[in-house]
Parts: sequence; structure tokens; C-alpha cells
Amino acid sequence: MKLRNLAHARAGDKGDTSNIAVFAYEAGDFAFLAEHLTAERVKAYFADIVGGEVTRYELPALGALNFVMTKALGGGVTRSLALDPHGKSLSSSLLDIDLPDPQGA
Amino acid sequence: MNRIRIGAGAGFSGDRIEPAVELAERGGLDYLVFECLAERTIALAQLERLRDPEAGFDPLLTERFRAVLPACRAQGVTIITNMGAANPLGAARAVAHVARELGLAGLRIAAVRGDDVLAPVRAGDLSFTDREGRVSDLGGRIISANAYLGVEGMVEALAAGADVVITGRVGDPALFLAPMVHRFGWTRDDWARLGQGTVIGHLLECAGQVAGGYFADPGLKDVADLARLGFPYAEVDEAGDAVIGKVDGSGGQISERTCKEQLLYEVHDPAAYFQPDVVADFTGVTLRQAGQDRVAVSGGRGRPRPDTLKATVGYRDCFIGEGQISYAGPGALARAKLALEIVEARLKLIGIGASEIRFDIIGVDTVRRGAARGDGPEPAEARIRVAGRCETLRDAVRIGNEVESLWLNGPAGGGGASKSAREVIAAASVLVDRALATPEIAYEVA
Repeated sequence: MKLRNLAHARAGDKGDTSNIAVFAYEAGDFAFLAEHLTAERVKAYFADIVGGEVTRYELPALGALNFVMTKALGGGVTRSLALDPHGKSLSSSLLDIDLPDPQGA
Repeated sequence: MNRIRIGAGAGFSGDRIEPAVELAERGGLDYLVFECLAERTIALAQLERLRDPEAGFDPLLTERFRAVLPACRAQGVTIITNMGAANPLGAARAVAHVARELGLAGLRIAAVRGDDVLAPVRAGDLSFTDREGRVSDLGGRIISANAYLGVEGMVEALAAGADVVITGRVGDPALFLAPMVHRFGWTRDDWARLGQGTVIGHLLECAGQVAGGYFADPGLKDVADLARLGFPYAEVDEAGDAVIGKVDGSGGQISERTCKEQLLYEVHDPAAYFQPDVVADFTGVTLRQAGQDRVAVSGGRGRPRPDTLKATVGYRDCFIGEGQISYAGPGALARAKLALEIVEARLKLIGIGASEIRFDIIGVDTVRRGAARGDGPEPAEARIRVAGRCETLRDAVRIGNEVESLWLNGPAGGGGASKSAREVIAAASVLVDRALATPEIAYEVA
């Protein structure tokens, strides 16, 4: 099961830190996302670009998880060598992550 | 209950012009805000100002004001913007000039300065908060240092009857919070309302991004008529509760989903969003669809403002050289990989002085890097990109030249070579004493 089936996402940038906010389409899927879309899983998915830590903030009222990734933007938006220095496309890339199939699916 | 309507006319320097005109004409606005100042923009503007003392403000300022001033005057809409960049006073004079050309004599324009903290930041030796090192490490490469001011100067200008308020660096949400504080008389320690007002400002500061821009994903999140995207406004009451909306008939969409995505955009800890006027707490925010393209926003809170102000230091960092070339058809990926190997070997052979070099295949691995280089399907075309960080422009130019020379010396079928070399003006952050950045206001009358 791809994350994209359950959630939408938007990435933002500040210096060398990227944040990706992930939102469950259906409120009922938030608990499943909170269980399986862990900071460790996201860090492993972006292992080749995130040099720092991944911290996850939970906002159950919004059905949202916010992942804050340090040393993730090639030294910072204003000096990165990357084609997408802001890391804006990281949000869509994250939606390709594999999650276990939900029970009963 | 007393209510005001605040529109967002631009979310970045190059944003579309006419959605703001639509808002000014048909949005029933009291205020129209243009947020046009990215992190490093002020450093680039400072370089402009060093070349020409009258320059250093937003390059589209004249065009935007020419477009919106007639409707704003006719509808009684006050304009607030950070388009002053490195020269708010010069920007105010330019707006006065536009107003006179349009026959709008008497327009009262306030320039809010005081964000420039270059002298004390140079004299001190602060540590950076978002990169290694200290200000003194930059030596003579430092260009600018600007503190993020809060609402204070803008509120004073509004109270003095300004029709247009032009700032340099201020907190982006503060551009929207200022008219709320002014009109509702919120006290400067009413942390709950300042926090909720910051939530509203944050939702609006990227303009179209809360109204269906930057949201569409066909089949999953469809948005109508993005070519005519309507920019948003907030209708705010004196308690701070707000409804986000847009002009009827404009394109786009305002839904709980579009608002959620914008609420957390560029946010780290949602319980502690640091601004000059308040530390806002987004964790209690509720968003509720209140009609078509209308979302009610409440529940933002706040805690006392931080003791220090964030300041952005702009400096000459390095030179980046880049080259690209494309391959297509069967074997495109293998030829792209061969091309990268050739360039890598060439850069070693000719001895490029680069501290960092990056080898990409566009369409394959530019985003996730190595993790994306698995056994995916063979792409129909592949474009390589080599980018390197150099101390000199000469070395940066040679990187693009090595990619370009693949035309005659590389794999079969390379096409569409391009190259560039540019100086990088970078930005880093420090925290400064509030006493170093006191707003000063100057008025210009058209």
C-alpha cells in the first residue's frame, strides 16, 4: 500500500531543514498512519539526502503528521547544488513510500 | 461584531499581478497585503542599492502598484507590503510617483525602516543558528543583516492614517497581524489573539497556496481553473475568529484540505511557531468548511514573544557552475551514466577546484539520489546535470564547458546542452537583541 492512497502532503523549507506535513484523507486512517509512518521509516526512505535527524510532530485534530528533517537541503536553500534546492518535490516523493496493507483491505 | 477583510495580493516577488486587482475590485477588502520578500532577496536588493542609491526595492513594485492603486483608492483599501526590501523609503517615493501619474495625489505612504542591523551584527560576533560557524567567519563577504520586525511600526503607520505601508524585513504573518492589532486594539501581550492572528497571517502569506494553488494532483485532488486562480482573503472578527474565502467566480478551491496543507507549510514544531510578536501555537487550530470556498479558522493560541529577534545575514558564498545535456531512445540511461562518468573523469584530469560536485540524471535520481537508482523502468529520455561549488567564477565556468563538450566528445546522441555559472549569495540566521532593531517611520505624500 502506497502512502499516496491514504494521504496528501506538502513540503516546506527553512535553511537546511525541510518539513513534510502529511495529512490523512480520512480521519479514520490517522491512527494507522501514526502507527506505521514513523520518523525512522521516513529517515530510512530519505537516507541518501537527510544528513541530520527526523523529528515527527503529531496533530491528531488535523489528521496530520509533520516530519522535520535537518541537514536535508544540500547545505541550505540559498546554496544547495540540487535541481530543487527547496526540496519542494520531497512531499510527492514521500507519497511513494510503502506501508503495510491495512487490515481488512 | 466588528470585522475586517484582509486580502493576500502576492505570495512571492514574481507572483501573478491580476488576482490582486480582482481582490481589490470585488473582494470587499479593507486591507490588501503583498508578501514579496524571500530569505535572500534583501541581500540581492542591498547589492542593487549599492550600485544605485534609489534602487534596492522589489523590481515589480511599480507594475503592481500601477495595477492595483486605482481600485484600492476607489474601494478604500489600505495596502501593506514588504516590497521595500533594502530600501523602503525609495519604494515609497516610487509609489508616490506612480500615484501622481495615476492622478491619485494626496496618497499617504509610510516607509517602515529599522530592520537593518548590519552594523551591530558586523561589530558583534554572533553564532549562526542554522549553519556552522560565526559571523566573523564571513569576513568581508557579508552583504546585509536584517532583523524580522513585528507589527509595531506598521501599526503606528496605520494609526497615523497611511494609505500604503511599505516595509523591509518583517515577519511575514506580521504583515497581516498588523491591521488586526490596529483595528481591534489588541494589546501587545494578548498572546491568545496574537497567536490566532498569526495563524490567519500564516494561512494567507503565500496567497494562492491556500486557495488551491500548489495543491492539485489530478485524480486525487482536482482543482478547477488554476489559470484564473483566485487569491484569498480572511474576514476576521475582533475575537480573532476568521473565515478564509476568495472572490466568487475565480478559479481554485478553498477547503479544509487546502487550509491544512498551508497551515503546516514551513512549520517545524506546531506548538511553537516563533514570530517577533508572539510564539504561536497551532495545535488547537480547527478548520471547518463554512460554505463553498469558505473555511472557518479558530483555536490558534500563543505564548509570550521571544526575547530576541531572528535576523538574516546575506553573504557572498561561492560560485556554482552547472551543465546539462540530454539523451533519448533505447539505451538513453546507459549513455547518460557514461556521460556522467566522462565528466567526472574530465573534471579530475583538468583539476577543477570544487569543494562539492553533484551528478544527477534528471527524471531518475535528482530528488531521492542513490535510493532512486534502483531497477526502475528504462526512461524514454534522460538528461544529465553536473553542478559544482567553486571558489572562483573561472572554475565554475569550466564545469559547464566540460558538459557542453560532450556534444563532440561524449556518448552518441547528446542534445540540448546548456550551461551556467553564477555567484551564490547565501543567507544564514542569527538572533539579535531587540534593542538593535527599532522601527522608524517616514512619510511620503503623493
